[in-house]
Formats: sequence, C-alpha cells, structure tokens
Amino acid sequence: MNWLALASIISAAVAVSFGAIGPALSEGRAVAAAMDAIARQPEAANTISRTLFVGLAMIETMAIYCLVIALLLLFANPLLK
Amino acid sequence: MNSPLVSEPLFHVGPVPITAGVVATWAIMAVLSLGSLVVTRRFGLIPTALQAALELMVETVDSQIRDTMRVEPGPYRSFIGTLFVFILVANWSSLVPGVEPPTAHLETDAALALLVFAAVIRFAVRAGGVRGYLASFAVPNPVMIPLNFIESLTRTFSLLVRLFGNVMSGVFVIGIVLSLAGLLVPIPLMALDLLTGAVQAYIFATLAMVFIAGAVSESKPADDTSSARNNP
Repeated sequence: MNWLALASIISAAVAVSFGAIGPALSEGRAVAAAMDAIARQPEAANTISRTLFVGLAMIETMAIYCLVIALLLLFANPLLK
Repeated sequence: MNSPLVSEPLFHVGPVPITAGVVATWAIMAVLSLGSLVVTRRFGLIPTALQAALELMVETVDSQIRDTMRVEPGPYRSFIGTLFVFILVANWSSLVPGVEPPTAHLETDAALALLVFAAVIRFAVRAGGVRGYLASFAVPNPVMIPLNFIESLTRTFSLLVRLFGNVMSGVFVIGIVLSLAGLLVPIPLMALDLLTGAVQAYIFATLAMVFIAGAVSESKPADDTSSARNNP
C-alpha cells in the first residue's frame, strides 16, 4: 500500500470523526433550547418542533458533508487512479 | 465493498443503461399512481376507511403548507405532497427484501433537488413575472446579486447531499453490520432507518416549501410584500 492510499484512509477517518463533533454539540444545544421553550410554553410545541426539525437538518448537513468528503476520498479519489 | 457513489447498470434498453435504482423508482411510481387511481375511483360522500385515511393525509399536507408558507395550499399541494409521499415510500422501500432505496443513489436525489430548483423558479415567475423573479435576486440590495445567485445553487446542492447522505449512510451501515455480525443483528438499525427516512422526507418537503415561499414572497410586486409583512 502506498503512502497516498494510507493518507486518504487516515484523512477520511479524521474528516468523519472531527466533522461529527461540531454538529453533535450544536444539535445538543438546539434540542436543549427547544425543550426549554416547550417546557415554558407547551402550546407552541408544534411550531417549535417543526422549526427544530428543519434546523437540525441544516446542522446535520455539515456532518453529512464530512461523510461525503470521506466517501470521495475512499471510493472516488482522483489521485489514486 | 461496492462504492456507494456509482451504480452498476442492470441491463440495457437500446443504448440506455438501466440501473436498479431506476427500476425501483418506476416501480414506486407505478404503485403510487395506480394505487391512487384505483382508490380515488370509488370515492363517496360517506368515506370508507381507506378514503378517510387518504383525506387525513391530504389534510395534514395542507395544514403543514398553511403553517410553513402562510398561504392557501391550493397551488402547492400536488407538488409538495407528491414529493413527500414519493421520498417517504422510496426511503421505506428498503423494507422489501432485495430492494435498495433509490434515494440512496446520487442520481435520484439530484433529480429531486433539480425538481425543487425548477419549482422555485416556476412558482416565483408565476407570482411576480420574470422581472419580479430576477429582481428578487437584488433583495435587499444589488450588492447581494452574486451571493443570492450562488445561494440558489448551493441550497439545491445541499438538498441533494442531505437526502443522499442520510439514506445512503443508513444502507451502508446496515451492510457493514450485516457482513460483520450476522443475519438478525441489523434489525434495530433498520428500525432507526425507518425513522430517519420519515424525518428526511418531511425535511425535504419542508425545505422545498420554505424555498418556494421565500422566492414567491420576494418576487411579488412591492405593494404586496409590504402588506404581507405588516400582518404576519
């Protein structure tokens, strides 16, 4: 195995693992804030959870981008051909 | 292990290669359209159980559109509803043994995201004309034109990557666990996949609504938008 393949594998793992940290923390904060808001104002639960879902999807996209970059490195790496 | 980024052709129709995703997509389309044709043929004033369930679904889509877009759902019901139902059935089609969900491949998701891209332009042009739509790029001021233009492309791309990444990663993880652990072990993961599939279908439809509503309200003539802003 050459150095380029080794570097691709390591950087794919690093991309996924570090890319998961930020979205995990921010999704935790978003859910905590939404729980707080629902506890204070239960009648607004519908609107809050709808907005929460859309926001979570937006945040999660960052992690998905990292996953796609990792997959590109592993399966479609132009340098390894 | 096969790359999730490429899909192998199953067979060829003339020069056109047909992949498993295309076959699954057409099967889903046939089931959905034939099913709704058969069901809607026997509608009556006194609903049967099936009709009541369908009406409940349409009502739910309507109320979601009303809540998210703040307009009457009439013109948007068919597009948003079809988008939601198709993605939901496509994500859940992994329950059928041997079927890989078509949304786990880039092409299907790209087609869906392009549909949303085209629908944004169509609804915006219908609301404010071509001039109104082009002028909506200059909101709030002409400096933002390149940014707004890039945004309209990147949000389409992020719709595509979001749906693809979520569904594909579910399929991928199940494949890995299956090859490592054995036959019945991935069942909890498949249950989690059902939840993810439903949430992603909902989010795709909601984001489509948000994009369309934003473009429509920005493309409308100025007096309309000011009155809309005064009574939210």
